[in-house]
Formats: sequence, C-alpha cells, structure tokens
Amino acid sequence: MRGIIATGTHLPHRRLDRAAVAAFFGKGGGTGTRTVASFDEDTTTMGAEAARAAVASATGVDVDALWFATASPAYLEKTNASAIHATLRLDASVPAFDFGGAHRSGTGALRTALEAGPTTLVVASDSRDGLATSADESQGGDGAAALLIGDDTAGPVLAEFVGGASVTDEFLERWRVPGGDRSRTWEERFGEVVYAPLMEQAWTAALADTGLVADDIHTLVVVGTHARAVARNVGKLGVAAERIGNDLSESVGNTGTAHPLLVLAAAIETAGPGEAIAIMALADGVDVLVVRTTEAIGSYTPARPVASQIAGGAPIDYAKFLSWRGMVAIEPPNRPLPNRPSAAAAHRRDDWKFGFVGSRDRSSGMVHLPPARVSEKGGAVDDMDEVPMADVHGTVVSFTVDKLVYSPSPPVVFAVVDFDGGGRVPLELTDVDADEVEVGMRVEPTFRRLFTADEIHNYFWKVRPVRGADR
Amino acid sequence: MGSNGIKDRVAIIGVGCVPFTEHWEKSLDDLIIDGAKATYASAGISQDEVDAFWFGTSQSAASGLAMGGPLKIHGKPISRVENYCATGSEAMRQAAYAVASGAYDVVMALGAEKVKDGGYQGLNAFPIPTDGTQRTLTAAAMFAMILPAYAEKYGLDVDEIRYAVAKIAEKNHFNGARNPLAQFRRETSAEQICQMAAVAGRLSVFDCAGVADGAAGVIMCRAEDALEYCDDPLYIKALSFVAGTGAGSLDPDYDYTTLSECKWSADDAYAQAGITDPRNEIAVAEVHDCFTPTELVLMEDLGFSNPGDAWRDVLNGDFNLDGRLPVNTDGGLKSFGHPVGASGLRMLYEIWLQLRGQAPKERTIADNGRSLGLTHNLGGYPGEMVSFVGIYGTELG
Repeated sequence: MRGIIATGTHLPHRRLDRAAVAAFFGKGGGTGTRTVASFDEDTTTMGAEAARAAVASATGVDVDALWFATASPAYLEKTNASAIHATLRLDASVPAFDFGGAHRSGTGALRTALEAGPTTLVVASDSRDGLATSADESQGGDGAAALLIGDDTAGPVLAEFVGGASVTDEFLERWRVPGGDRSRTWEERFGEVVYAPLMEQAWTAALADTGLVADDIHTLVVVGTHARAVARNVGKLGVAAERIGNDLSESVGNTGTAHPLLVLAAAIETAGPGEAIAIMALADGVDVLVVRTTEAIGSYTPARPVASQIAGGAPIDYAKFLSWRGMVAIEPPNRPLPNRPSAAAAHRRDDWKFGFVGSRDRSSGMVHLPPARVSEKGGAVDDMDEVPMADVHGTVVSFTVDKLVYSPSPPVVFAVVDFDGGGRVPLELTDVDADEVEVGMRVEPTFRRLFTADEIHNYFWKVRPVRGADR
Repeated sequence: MGSNGIKDRVAIIGVGCVPFTEHWEKSLDDLIIDGAKATYASAGISQDEVDAFWFGTSQSAASGLAMGGPLKIHGKPISRVENYCATGSEAMRQAAYAVASGAYDVVMALGAEKVKDGGYQGLNAFPIPTDGTQRTLTAAAMFAMILPAYAEKYGLDVDEIRYAVAKIAEKNHFNGARNPLAQFRRETSAEQICQMAAVAGRLSVFDCAGVADGAAGVIMCRAEDALEYCDDPLYIKALSFVAGTGAGSLDPDYDYTTLSECKWSADDAYAQAGITDPRNEIAVAEVHDCFTPTELVLMEDLGFSNPGDAWRDVLNGDFNLDGRLPVNTDGGLKSFGHPVGASGLRMLYEIWLQLRGQAPKERTIADNGRSLGLTHNLGGYPGEMVSFVGIYGTELG
C-alpha cells in the first residue's frame, strides 16, 4: 500500500480582513480573510515550516527524497529545496529537487510521488500577490503544505492512494512572466467555459481509474485560482453538495501551488477511517487525485493541524500588508543596510544557520549556541556533541524593542531566550506585537529570512510565541 | 603568574583634548593634528622628543601610517590600536607598558575618531564577512535590557528605575553644561527625559551617548623622570583590561544586572593599586556612560554602591559634582558624544584637570581628602564586552 504517511502545513500568523481593501480604496476586497506571509517569510521558509511539521508528525520515518514546488521561488537556478533539506538535517544522500514555475507543479509532484518511488516528502509553498484591489490580492493566500508519501513498509499510511486522472490543455487563462509584478488573466468567462469540459473529463476518468462512482466519494474538494470556474462547474460532477469539502477560500485564500496539498492535508486531518477523499485541481488542465483513509488515521495526531492554525492567527492592518508586499514603500530607519552574508562562512556553518544545531560540552553539559569548539565552562577543547535545538521551546528572560536598527519591518523585537534543557541565545521575536512580549513568554524556533542583501536571502532562525495548547 | 601592574613606574606629563562635536569642517587628519598639538602643549614638549607612538582608532583608519602621515613623524614606531569602544584607553595602556619595560623614554598615545563622515546617525560597525546569523541590534537596545532585568532582580518598579537612570543623564548634562569642550552644553531634567519617546526598550535618545568627532592624547615617561617635564604629574597606579568570552549571550546564569568584565577589571585594578575601599579612596571617576543604565550598574560593578543600591545612591545625588564620589564631572559620553578612539583619553583629560586642580571653578569637585582618580572605558554589550579600568594619583607611594 502506498499513500500519505503524514501531513504538515504552515499558515502564516497574520490574516488580512478582505473588507479592509474596500474600506481603504472604495472597491476590491470581499468577505472573509486571507493569510499573509510575514515580512520575514518566503516560499522557502514557509515550505521549511510545513516540512518540519510533517516530519514531526511521522516520528521514526526516514525521508528518502525531498521535492519542493512553488510558482514563487526565492531563487531561480539555485535549488530552493536544499535549504529545506538543511533545516530538516536530511542526509546528503537524500536528493532535494525543485518543481518550479507553474501552479500545477505542486499537484504534479504529489501525483508523481503517490504513484511510485521512495519515501518522499512533497512540499508545496506559495505566496500570492496582486495589485491593490485586485482579485488576486484578496482571493490569494500564503502558505505551504508538506505530505510525506511512501509505502506502508516505511510507516503507517493514513490515506492510501487509490488513483486519479489528469487532462491537459494548452490555453492562456492565467500567466506571469518571470520577474513580473503581477499575474495576468484572460477575460473571466473564457476560463469558466474552457475548464467545464476538462473537469468533467478528468472526473470521469478518475472514477474509472479508481473503480469508484461519485456516491463513493466522501469528500471532494475542488480548487483553482479561477474561482468562478470552480464555483460554476463543481455542481456538474454528480457529488452531493454536502460532500463538497471546504476549499479554505474564506479563511486562507487560494495558496496557488500549495493549495491542492493544503486542502488534502486539511481533509485528511479531519477524516475518519475508510473515507474516500478526492481533490480536483484546476490549472492548465485538471488533475484529480483520490485517496482513501485507513485505520491508521484514528491514532494520527498532526504536529500542527490546519484547523488550529486557521483558528489562530492575528490580524494585520491593510497599510502594513501593503508595505510588506512592496506595494507601498515605507521610510526605513536611517541606518546602513545589512551586509550580504558570506557564502563560504555560511556553508561552514550550515548546521547552525539552517539546522539550528548547537553543541553540548561533554564534561560540563553546557549548551553552546552557536556551536563552539572550546567550552565556556571548563575550557574543554573539541569535546562536544551536536545538540539540535529547532524543536526545543524556550523562555524569554529579557527583551528589547529596537526602533533604531535597520529592519525590513521596524521595530525589531529581540529577546534573550533560555531554552529548555540548557542553551541561551539572543534571537529576534517574530509573529508578535511588541506590546504582548513579556519576560517569561514561551517561544519556539521558526525558520525565517532575516533580510535580503545583494540578492542573497539571509536565512536563519527566529523565535515566535508558543500559542494555544502547546504553551 | 599574576597581574602585577606597573604602579608608580610611569608618569603622565601631559594630556590634551580637542572639543568634541560634529566637526564637519575637520578631517581625521585635522583631528589627529589638533589632538597632538594640544597634547604636546600640555606636556610642554615637541614631537621630536617623543620616542614611540600608539594611535587608537576604531574604524576611522588603519595602521600607524594614519598618524604618521598627517603629523610627519619620521623614523619612529607607531602602532595602530583597536579594542572596541575602549580603544583610546587601550592605546594608552600599551604605551605605558612600553615605558615601564624600559623600551622607550617618552611615549604618546593618541585617540581619534571621525564618526560624522559616515552619513548615518550612530556608530556603525565595520563590515566583516560572516555567516549572517549574528545579531544586528543597536547598542542602545542591548543596554536597554538592563532596566527590566534590574527591576526584576531587586523587586523595583520599572518606572522607578527608569527615573533613576534619567537622573544620571540629568547629572551628566548638568556637568557638561559647565564644560567648554563638551558637545551638548544644555541642562536637561530627568522629568523631561522620562517624557521623551522610547527608541530602544524604555530608553529615549537622551539616555544614549551622543555622536561626535574628536581626539585626545597623553604623553608619558618613567616616573623618576617626570619632574624633568612637569611640576605636577600624575602617576599610573593601575591599568587593567578584561576581554570577555561573550558568555552573557551564551550562559543562562547571566542576568543582565551586572557587567562582569567591568567588575573583574575593577577588582584587578584595585588590587594593582592597593585599594581596598574604593568609595572612600577615589576622589573622582570618569566612567563609560554610553547609555544611562550602563552608568547605573557600573556604580555597583566598580564598588561605588552596594549591589541593588545604585539606583538609590543616584537619586540621593551621591555621584553629583557635590556628592560623596563625583562621577563624570566633565559631562561624560552623554555630553561629549563618543568618538570611539578618543573617549578613553578624554576621560583621562578630566582626571588630569580635576586631580591637579585645573578644572574650571564651576565644576571643581570639593576637596574630599583623596588623591586618586579612576577612568573606566568599555566596549561591547552587556554579557559580551571588553573593559578597561585605570587609576591615577598625584603622589608616589
């Protein structure tokens, strides 16, 4: 049996109330909210967070391959999956591949992994932008999903891959040139009409492939950046309205490349055993994937469930949103821009910079962050063990709000963090309002992009408040 | 093995200091020349009589050529010295040791910094290629962490402690208003400072040292030769320097209410000088008030207050011009600004004036029967710093 062994997702902390758009511009927006990546997040960091959650949800399962899909890559030419590979501290023998460019690449990577191959962590991540008041701005969302795919010999399969279908058609409905500031679309009616027969064709083929009939489908979720094509045609598939699953458009928005994986993760996390779940994704054709949950779902606890991430979060005001997206340029502090990090220096310390791995002195037990060769206590030389800290929680022992230093989004909130079990390091606090920080606050590491200098993204770890039940 | 010091082996025979300000019209070379001129004049000697030079600058220039070029020093050794914001004191320490070793008869240490050509407010670190994981906070934000930690440790209200450090700024501005060399010469009240907007933690701009260009220098010789040059030299009683390991950012035992390196260097300096009761033996102290919380905890680390009492002693006026132990009588970094390489020697200039009775009347300290002065100069941040303590006296023995 092959299928999905674990789910991991990342929804950014901040949510934009779509009504804020019309309140400011007199048009645009809508109802509900969309997720908003923090100024220090990109598709790679969100993918890394989702990947970490998936791995944490499948203790003891080895990842043999890492695939990363996005239509908004942080780098071209350079592989982005390798940064996620480093945060997970995967062995060098585990390949990391990017599937880039098209929204459809997320579904494509997922389907390819489901059909055969090694235990593969498929990560899809996207950040959806549009000009102010545009449909993409309000209907888009930011987020990432990671699904660990493998045979039941690798670990308990939560949802077995039953089959599916893909139909492909060449037509110009949505497009963006590399470096372009926004996506373009043809008139809305065109896509609605073109997608209708493709959906029907793919659905019929998927049912034939799986040997199922529409009534066997417990949940069908249809997603696509062409909202109208989804809404107008979903009713023609023969699946009862109450079995059409939540596409998260009201709370998250459409997360592009990540979205089919995100809604599939959400559906699996709330499913009971023996339920057939179908995902239909509209993107330059139509893909349908069908899985059936197993008994293993009963004992599955995702590390970061989609539902709790949707329920959490905090609002962002529209002005801040516009500044984070580069739509409005804000006067920065009059301080020098940060220097680009050194590739050579960073490579020597991949384990620290990407893996957040410190060292523990064997004689004194003291944890050193960053890792050290000579012990602060006792002076032992080259007698340390690696100590991975990325999943360790800590406590704020002192903090400061810096309104003078350069930041892509001032002010900087910095905290001295003492980690459970030992280890101190001063780190930036993120996903937090300055006035909610207090000594004693519980925090957890999160992988972020500190800044970009000379077209080099400087990735490292920050901490964020531990929210909800995890406190 | 031991830190033996060079008590009474080296004499200070001249100290010079230029006005610290935004010297838009002066280059680094101008500052070096003006600082050297003032120092030679103080010692009453010419450049030709100096055998070796130490040039302290943090980021304005590199190598001894930066001093030798503008001053046209021919055929003599010039060492460029850097040790964070304690650079000026470090240059003086190295020069003093060269005399104590017998290597040279007469030496000069000069500190100079041209800060205001950078185009940004504040001090800015020289870029060194790194892995990009280093903290990028301002120094103000780092030192701001002292306030909540101190309040927590001693069960004080943060507002109370915030007011106490504002009184430190008030005191230093009061003194600076009486100093023609200072950059800021206006008095400010603690109440006004407390009402200002916070820029880093609870600190306002007026809790931070200013930024200025400046230069200061010192000329030294063997103690036994001092009277050939000067009727009333100062004698070096102690020079201590401690560089930390950055333990405060690493070790959960560090609590941000003390500056360990400062305490260690003070203890070492007192031992070198034979001082057992600093608060009753030292007449006047110039300390590194880069931010108001720094001066607060320094009063404890230097032994001028008991742990947890400094805020009360500050409110009591103990460190005012007319207090039991006047601190930063020249106005401190608060009034002068902080041209990094020069600040340690600017502190020494004030000790030179006060101990020898040459300070202007409006900021002359009362005769408390003591004849020792102290300078304290640090660089870095709480938990990761270098610290210098020097002690000087008017008498041998």
